[in-house]
Amino acid sequence: MSSLVTTVDKVGRATVQGVSEAGLAAMLLLQALGWTLWGWRRGQPVRLSAVFAQAMEVGIRALPIVTILSITIGAMLAIQGIYSLSAFGAESQVTLGVALSVTREFAPLITGILVAGRSGSALAARLGTMKINQEIDALVVMGINPVRFLVAPALLGTLVMLPALTIWADFIALLGAGLYVSAELGMTLSAYTDELISLLKVNDVLHGLGKSALFAVLIVLVGVVNGASVTGGAEGVGRMTTRSVVHAISAIVITDMVFAFVLTRG
Amino acid sequence: MTETEPPVILVEDLVTHFGDRIILKGISLAVQPGEILVIMGGSGSGKSTLLNHLLGLLKPTSGRVQILGQDINAISGQQMTELRQKMGVAFQGGALFSSMSVLDNIMLPLIEHTRLDRLTMEIMARMKMEVVNLAGFDALMPAELSGGMIKRAALARAIVMDPRILFCDEPSAGLDPVVAAQIDDLILLLRDALQMSVVVVTHELESAFKIADRICVLDQGEVLAIGTVAEIRQSPNVRIQNLLNRRIEEAELDPEEYLRRLTGQSSTKEGP
Repeated sequence: MSSLVTTVDKVGRATVQGVSEAGLAAMLLLQALGWTLWGWRRGQPVRLSAVFAQAMEVGIRALPIVTILSITIGAMLAIQGIYSLSAFGAESQVTLGVALSVTREFAPLITGILVAGRSGSALAARLGTMKINQEIDALVVMGINPVRFLVAPALLGTLVMLPALTIWADFIALLGAGLYVSAELGMTLSAYTDELISLLKVNDVLHGLGKSALFAVLIVLVGVVNGASVTGGAEGVGRMTTRSVVHAISAIVITDMVFAFVLTRG
Repeated sequence: MTETEPPVILVEDLVTHFGDRIILKGISLAVQPGEILVIMGGSGSGKSTLLNHLLGLLKPTSGRVQILGQDINAISGQQMTELRQKMGVAFQGGALFSSMSVLDNIMLPLIEHTRLDRLTMEIMARMKMEVVNLAGFDALMPAELSGGMIKRAALARAIVMDPRILFCDEPSAGLDPVVAAQIDDLILLLRDALQMSVVVVTHELESAFKIADRICVLDQGEVLAIGTVAEIRQSPNVRIQNLLNRRIEEAELDPEEYLRRLTGQSSTKEGP
């Protein structure tokens, strides 16, 4: 009986915490957008230099690893595609399979997960450390809104760079697949490209980019909420950083499924 | 210190809780223009909480905090932002931004609140660095500074906007006696040179007696006494004398409560 009470108690507390974190995230999103749109009217704009610094960190510095993973994923899809299609003797259809899975799924998903691991965790750790060092308090007492100064630049930088990285990942993954397909099926790379262009619709690419924009918002909000919830020194920073990566990746995968479900049935 | 001018800080019957625990039990005090008020008390006396209320970082359960004539819990965000430009704060650990150089740290309030060109801001920031004896350390990062330098850089950042009120949280904590004395002298210098009112929170007796015009002694969330250094020294209050003479306070022993505490069944939530 008492274990049942404890379980119910735990579930209840976790639910309340979840709801309050979702509320905090929603408020932060609105405030960040508000400062972006109207901050300059109050003489407190979101600094473009801070947005560029974030974009550089989130986007440009992630290029090498995104490139390596994309080319690998592209080749992997081609290998698996040819293997599974050979059961029907339909290997030549591999281009369609690769084109759709890369643009609609793999490019946005792999880029989102990478950026969540690289930048979402860094954001949580940075904000958490700033909180325990009273740097956030210092901003507040200086009359500098922390949402404008810290959250809005991260949100805008990620919102621009994640879709940009996804486009790059699209190209590289399709190139990786093309290299394998041309070697395996004796098809020239230009013939493969022509086939890609005729098969891919703008809609497929937009489907992926729409998701990546959504992932960008999720990564930043999860990072900020976890960073802002840090208590208990260095150990707390570590715990919340881990939590931020786990939550961001879970949120990305679940959102991905829901997004695909809604848009492919509509 | 002119008594006729209205106080720069006025706290009336401030009550505050953390959850069910009462932290401040009806604090009232005033800070006059140009004076140095030291808020003193042991650990858990509520002095840091009081400071956070004066800075508008916490909202009280009841009571009012007026700064420069404005109730900080009743004014709009924009008014508060303007008010904050007249307040400077030096935090205990310095709270310097670790990603920025010392000069950028000190310049940040100017960058965010003024439209001066960069060279002018650099000159203003360097002038404050001269005042706190940090000239020439522009390009260093906070991680490269010693404890005393961090405190001085934090003071320079706090005064860069020429505030009316300066708040210092434990300015000499964690420093060796010589450096601590330098920081005390610096606070006196800042008050005399820049005509600021200063609120210092500390538990260091020596430092408090040296710099204070008046001392407010806080204990278990209550103001035990407010007065000049001489008045506080001569106070007949036992708790103040215990604090001054570093005597350990004898806790009143309640055997039943003691047993409950040991067995983990204590229901008392009230405490410092």
